[in-house]
Amino acid sequence: MEKRVIFRGWWLPALLIAPQVLISAVFFFYPAGQAIWQSLFIPDPFGLSSQYVGLANFEFLLSDPFYRASFGTTAVFSILVTLCSMIPALFLAVIADRLIKGSGVYRTLLIWPYAVAPAIAGVLWLFMFNTRVGVVSWYLGQLGYDWNHVLNGGEAMGLVVVASAWGRISYNFLFFFAALQAVPRSVIEAAAIDGAHFWRRFWTIVLPLLSPTTFFLLVVNIVYSFFETFGVIHTITSGGPQQSTTVLVYKVFSDGFVGQDLGSSSAQSVILLFVVGMLTVIQFKFIEKRVHY
Amino acid sequence: MARELHGMVEKRGASLWLTHVFMILGVLIIFFPIWLAFVASTVTQPEIVRPPMPLWPGDQLWENYSKALFAGVNVPVSTMLFNSLVMAIGIAVGKIIISLLSAFAIVYFRFPGRNIFFWMIFLTLMLPVEVRIVPTYEVVAGFGMLNSYGGLIFPLIASATATFLFRQFFLTIPDELAEAARVDGAGPMRFFWDVVVPMSRTNVAALFVILFIYGWNQYLWPLLITTDPEMNTIVMGIKQMFPSGDDVADWPVIMATSILAMIPPVIVVVSMQRLFIRGLVDSEK
Repeated sequence: MEKRVIFRGWWLPALLIAPQVLISAVFFFYPAGQAIWQSLFIPDPFGLSSQYVGLANFEFLLSDPFYRASFGTTAVFSILVTLCSMIPALFLAVIADRLIKGSGVYRTLLIWPYAVAPAIAGVLWLFMFNTRVGVVSWYLGQLGYDWNHVLNGGEAMGLVVVASAWGRISYNFLFFFAALQAVPRSVIEAAAIDGAHFWRRFWTIVLPLLSPTTFFLLVVNIVYSFFETFGVIHTITSGGPQQSTTVLVYKVFSDGFVGQDLGSSSAQSVILLFVVGMLTVIQFKFIEKRVHY
Repeated sequence: MARELHGMVEKRGASLWLTHVFMILGVLIIFFPIWLAFVASTVTQPEIVRPPMPLWPGDQLWENYSKALFAGVNVPVSTMLFNSLVMAIGIAVGKIIISLLSAFAIVYFRFPGRNIFFWMIFLTLMLPVEVRIVPTYEVVAGFGMLNSYGGLIFPLIASATATFLFRQFFLTIPDELAEAARVDGAGPMRFFWDVVVPMSRTNVAALFVILFIYGWNQYLWPLLITTDPEMNTIVMGIKQMFPSGDDVADWPVIMATSILAMIPPVIVVVSMQRLFIRGLVDSEK
């Protein structure tokens, strides 16, 4: 789509667009270029010089069991976060949609967690499950279950998943609720006349009509669990125990800043770049479909 | 007939109550972590370290919050709150200004390289900070911007989402308005100030809400570039309040800090709910 009416001149638009282009160039393109460039080198231990190694960093990474494990961890983590945030959200949205009055009040209350930063969410959940003072872990102990996410990798994963999914429930709820409100009442009522019960109506009419929203949320939540959950993991587990919660983004950080392994960290950035690119393409495909909807 | 149908679709009586019960249960579960943090911020340390801690607020609210705000652990929390405020507002305002300007240039002018710039901005959509942290850190360090507001704000300012949003909106402004402005002899900047900016008010407000939360909730970037506790933001600074090693954390003060850290974004989201939802839907489309 283009404007029919335009203004003439080239120096004014150049001036207008300059701030954004400048900032993008300095803080986006140059660093991204650097990441690609550095991924082809291995610096010596003193950081004085570096040696060109071609794709050796990538070869090393892809054969590194820790990096492969991190891929698996990321996959498990993002699938769990997506499910744990979308299913409760859909459930809450469906029951909120059945209410004629009062759904606004619930909505106001339910959007609170969205405003809570992932890192703060991490602190709240860490506090509840803290091995020494946590309320939930204490009551679990009373029931005979010895909770210890500091030593048990599975429990650590469970905790970071729940803490990451918590704030997202609000987000998904808002989108599901809006989509449910847009389902035409006449269709639902017609099905009711034909004698379809609530659950039958839900499975055969409402859920299919929700599918564009569901697909959209699937992609958005996977992107979220890839890139925006660093704060949760850093506050709760710092990637442990034994790297059981080290997702890809966390590994870029720990190898680059803690381990000072620039070549490997850059190669990991490049791989992530590739992953983001793919996710973006998928996202845009779905958004094109949404336009028809 | 209509009334009977209503009964079939929207529930009444016992079933309506059950729906409310489910809803309240859901809200309670979702709220529990926040409630517990609030309770912890109103009791004494011994009450917390001898589990189980109480589930009803105590009488230490003032003591804990004033200790957090004015003494803190490494640095007073009031300092961190101020830093977060500067960062969040800086990012929101900065992004809105540069994207309004560049979207205006892209929509209302034809100039050489316009498509290249457009794609360049588009590409930044694909590069979250997390992906390029090491080189970006080096750039900021090279400019001497570590431990500065500039270093906190600039790298997070250039994202394409806002530019796209404004571009989409500007395309819907009727051409007649630009035509009329031209006939009246108004220059492009005059048109920008008198027509485009006022018409974008709601979009700007909705975007502000989203970007404020985005800026306030940043964690990784402030963690990397603010080594000086005086420059810590509250969201990243809270982790620094945990002692290293085996010391027991000062839980009441830490939980008071976590409550303080969520108050500003919660106020923004709840009080501007309509704009927030609109911004959310717009910026994701």
